[in-house]
Amino acid sequence: MLLVVEQFLNGLQFGLLLFLLAAGLTLVFGIMDLVNLAHGSLYMMGAYFAATFAAWTGSFLLGALLALGATLILGIVLEMSAIRHLYGRDHVDHVLATFGLILFFNEAVRLIWGPAGLALPLPAWLTVPVPILPGIHYPAYRLAIIVVALLVALLLYLGVMRTRIGMLIRAGASNREMIGALGINIKLLYTLVFGLGAALAGLAGLMQAPILTVQIGMGENILILAFVIIVIGGIGSIRGAFLAAIFVGMIDTLGRAFLPNLLRQVLSGAAASTAAPALSSMLIYLLMAIVLVVRPEGLFPANRR
Amino acid sequence: MKAFTVSKAVTALMLAGLVLLPLYSQLSGNIFILTLFTRIVILALAAASLNLIMGFGGMMSFGHAAYLGIGGYAVGMLAQEGVGSGFIQFPVALAASAAYALVIGALSLRTRGVYFIMITLAFAQMAYYVASGLARYGGDDGLTIYNRSDFSGLINLSNRTQFYYLCLACLFGVILLIWRIVNSRFGLVVQGLRSNEQRMQAIGFPAKRYQLVCFVISGTMCGLAGALLANNTDFVSPAVMYWTRSGDLMVMVILGGMGTLFGPIVGAVVFLLLEEFLSQITEYWALIMGPLLLLIVLFGRGGIMGMLGRPGRG
Repeated sequence: MLLVVEQFLNGLQFGLLLFLLAAGLTLVFGIMDLVNLAHGSLYMMGAYFAATFAAWTGSFLLGALLALGATLILGIVLEMSAIRHLYGRDHVDHVLATFGLILFFNEAVRLIWGPAGLALPLPAWLTVPVPILPGIHYPAYRLAIIVVALLVALLLYLGVMRTRIGMLIRAGASNREMIGALGINIKLLYTLVFGLGAALAGLAGLMQAPILTVQIGMGENILILAFVIIVIGGIGSIRGAFLAAIFVGMIDTLGRAFLPNLLRQVLSGAAASTAAPALSSMLIYLLMAIVLVVRPEGLFPANRR
Repeated sequence: MKAFTVSKAVTALMLAGLVLLPLYSQLSGNIFILTLFTRIVILALAAASLNLIMGFGGMMSFGHAAYLGIGGYAVGMLAQEGVGSGFIQFPVALAASAAYALVIGALSLRTRGVYFIMITLAFAQMAYYVASGLARYGGDDGLTIYNRSDFSGLINLSNRTQFYYLCLACLFGVILLIWRIVNSRFGLVVQGLRSNEQRMQAIGFPAKRYQLVCFVISGTMCGLAGALLANNTDFVSPAVMYWTRSGDLMVMVILGGMGTLFGPIVGAVVFLLLEEFLSQITEYWALIMGPLLLLIVLFGRGGIMGMLGRPGRG
């Protein structure tokens, strides 16, 4: 029972973290029609910035805030220097160009921070176990991730659906020329959206940093997960990304936790221990394949076009 | 018209260079260059196979590295089980790649655009995780191949020069086959589907079936590259199938010129030589390579072949 609750929360936490990453990806794709493979690099930069700034300032929170600002600025600079020229190009061009950016960022990190990973230690007040149910404790930091990510999700939803900027963003997504003709500075709007996406990726990275080691290429595996999520959820749909992210986070975590035991009931011990790790890593890809076969546009396609 | 001959001349020069390379290697005593170019030729073969569906068919497969792995593992696993004959290993590698391409293609072709890119990527990642789980065949660490494929005296793969020419012959064979396919009625239908699927369907062509056959041919060719690659490195590991490898292949195709017959070879040669050259200047070669790719996308539309052939554009 205890294990189930804990794994359930772990799944929720991982899912929410994935959502932050997927939200930025799907915003950028849905609005600017840009496939950004380098999104994972921004996640990595967020983690590196956080580890560095936390070490400089001696404060975890201050380091995290500075890192958030730094990834926002990095995203804006990246958009203005490189990404801007890719709008309206073929998706293949996006893949190639942003693949180049991945190479660049990985190497830049190796040059600046060296090949060894960094650690981002947690402050004492975030390491205590918190009682959530009678007799069940859960790490405070993981709870904090859940709370922060839920808050961001809510703000994002309200921001996109209820504010004037959000309205412009949505309008720009469906018809770029029209919104430009209405006298809106679409260039600036795009820059801001890309910056916002970068900040979201950075937030995911810096929050994940204390749990994993901060290392080169850390964004690549999780980027693929984020892509799986936006494809399952329907590209361009924030709501789809949210639900799919929770779903994928749960399946991945619960699969890793319980699949070995389940398999052991059916298969012999040796066969089960061979198949379980591969199968649990594959689960979400299987899920994606099934979803795409049944609904090629994803579960919640954004209702445009 | 004059510019067009430039790209032809460059292609002819490059092909001649590839054929004469072992001679140069022998005369100069530079064995390393032969090893390097064996790898380049094999990856050019993989890139050419990707170009068939990507350049001519408009199907952006982001999971082509999976076939490299499947071809490689077919050779490695058979060798591990004591089946050393290339006459068994290579057909099995091709059949396994074809079977995988058939299943993946049938599922993936239900989607299009970015969804197609992503679903092919996901299936390749699945293959990657399956390979990582193969404890009997090395799992994460990969599988060492102690004996290269044995073609019973016909050709000796352990001889560098013979192996190089085998790879080159495979590459030329594949290019020839692609040329025949592209200019056949079948190839014209596939290219027609790229430009306007609805219209082709309205004329009465079963679109998906044509695309699927093309997809399977491409996967099988790439499986051949995988079998050669495993023989070249005497080793196969899940890393061969990692998604960044699929990205590399895509880069080679786009760099050289998508939808041109020899573009993928040019792309593979330039990409891998650049990698080699830059890594000799600086340990941080990717710092230059990354932005270079970006610049090529921004200013060099149509890849190197495009730049050579159509100087007025871009």
